[in-house]
Amino acid sequence: MAAKSEPIATEQVAAHPRAGQVRLVLLVIALAALLAAPLFLYPIFLMKLLAFALFASAFNLLLGYTGLLSFGHAAFFGGAAYFTAHAVKVWGWSPEAGILLGVLGAAALGLVMGAIAIRRQGIYFAMITLALSQMFFFFCLQAPFTHGEDGIQSVPRGHLFGVIDLNQPLNMYYFVLAVFVIGLLIIWRFVNSPFGMILKSIRENESRAISLGYSVQHYKLGAFVMSAALAGLAGGVKALIFQFATLTDVTWQMSGEVILMTLLGGIGTLFGPIVGSGLVVTLQNVLATSDFPVTIITGLVFMVCVLLFRRGIVGEFCATKLGKMLGFRTEN
Amino acid sequence: MALSVATQAGPRVVLSARGLGKDFSGFTAVNGVDLDVHHSRIHALIGPNGAGKTTVFNLLTKFLQPTRGQITLLGQDITHTRPDKVARMGLVRSFQISAIFPHLTVRENVKVALQRPAGLATQFWLPLSSLDRLDARADELIEKLGLSRWRDYRAADLSYGRKRVLEIATTLALDPAVLLLDEPMAGMGQEDVAMVADIIRDVASERAVLMVEHNLSVVADICHHVTVLQRGEIIATGDYATVSADPRVRTAYMGSEA
Repeated sequence: MAAKSEPIATEQVAAHPRAGQVRLVLLVIALAALLAAPLFLYPIFLMKLLAFALFASAFNLLLGYTGLLSFGHAAFFGGAAYFTAHAVKVWGWSPEAGILLGVLGAAALGLVMGAIAIRRQGIYFAMITLALSQMFFFFCLQAPFTHGEDGIQSVPRGHLFGVIDLNQPLNMYYFVLAVFVIGLLIIWRFVNSPFGMILKSIRENESRAISLGYSVQHYKLGAFVMSAALAGLAGGVKALIFQFATLTDVTWQMSGEVILMTLLGGIGTLFGPIVGSGLVVTLQNVLATSDFPVTIITGLVFMVCVLLFRRGIVGEFCATKLGKMLGFRTEN
Repeated sequence: MALSVATQAGPRVVLSARGLGKDFSGFTAVNGVDLDVHHSRIHALIGPNGAGKTTVFNLLTKFLQPTRGQITLLGQDITHTRPDKVARMGLVRSFQISAIFPHLTVRENVKVALQRPAGLATQFWLPLSSLDRLDARADELIEKLGLSRWRDYRAADLSYGRKRVLEIATTLALDPAVLLLDEPMAGMGQEDVAMVADIIRDVASERAVLMVEHNLSVVADICHHVTVLQRGEIIATGDYATVSADPRVRTAYMGSEA
């Protein structure tokens, strides 16, 4: 990696002086598009896009900014969906309290899984997270409150803060959009903070970070728990969107899907996971009505991605002259 | 810390090892190493390739757990302490390959080291601009080591010699009581060697330095004490003149030099 990035450094393209303004305009346009989108597109589909975009972004916080490949993130996503669904449906909690429980539950799961896995590196870390998430899958299969194969069905959306009726599709959409934006802001701040700086230095040179006195395991665990909590936020919201918490969301296939989304969009970029998840979810939706098997198409897309643009869609764009002029940076 | 006892006869011992040994599945890499590193002194660890110098470094900094022996840092037993804790206690090392953060700028490299003592390392809710108050101290160190011109360069784009200098700057940012330098001059041009030698001499006035170095003229020039390692064991120790006169050292190591 390091050897490859050397020549890029020498032909550095300076960011255009007004790149910041251009990026701000692009951001405003994107936000306006998201605000107006439900007027043109099916709100449930859009909400699904946002939920998965947040999930992939949470995953990218770990893979892209800490360099840890977790193969068990479905446990946090699907687990939080169960927690939220159960709290809202059985205990009659308000939606915001239900989602908060989902987030806290996912963070607690992350703390336990992380504490066990964090000392291992590379493929061993991935395998331990996979094993632990499979254990959680079997727990969900057996535990009475998840209702096994049936899942938790007809979860009420309720009223946000007791006032806003989330059964109105538009209300629900704007609620999900707000959660999505807040989630991204948290990720952005986390990456661009004193803590994020230490994470970056650990990823760049772990031994050196240790020799400077940083207990790297604690920093990695912190990132893992934050990533799990945000994946839980996405999962809890998804349970309210579909009014359904299901075993599908805790399977290892879901863990694989989020890896695919993140790699496709570009790891270590803020917008890569959003683009990647948008592409995968859209493909799934389009292909669901055709006879074509979805997994073959997404598999082919992934192979093309690995062979032709390894940095992912957004990553490749950032590496172009235009991307550099606009001052986009990747972490790789 | 009680620094008042420092002015007794001779400089005080800040880092010491007794009977240090390390086995790697049957192979004894280091055996019976006794070492005393003194405040305000430069101590060189020399020996032919494979003598176990880097292993001793890894043992002292706890990157490796010793099989035998005891290590004391500033009067405290650190034989079973984790490496990051050892660093926080004031024993900071460099690495044989330059240990920098390549994609960070020179200034950011130094600031990463400053963040922890400043208590600005765990805040994930603060903006990056909260680190601005470390700029002055970082720039001071960067200037002291003559890197001001390259302050905003990415570390990866520096020449090899300057990467090593940056590494020393980063290490000094922690103001360690003991500095362990693993071949600080390896691969450097003659000009850089002289500069780094001056820097090391300068920083050793306030702390202890233990260095592994192959450049014997530098060792003769700046080191107060030399320990020679061969096949994991100490064969001679003393000042450079004593050590270089030792027949065992001459045959084992300096053969052609002497």
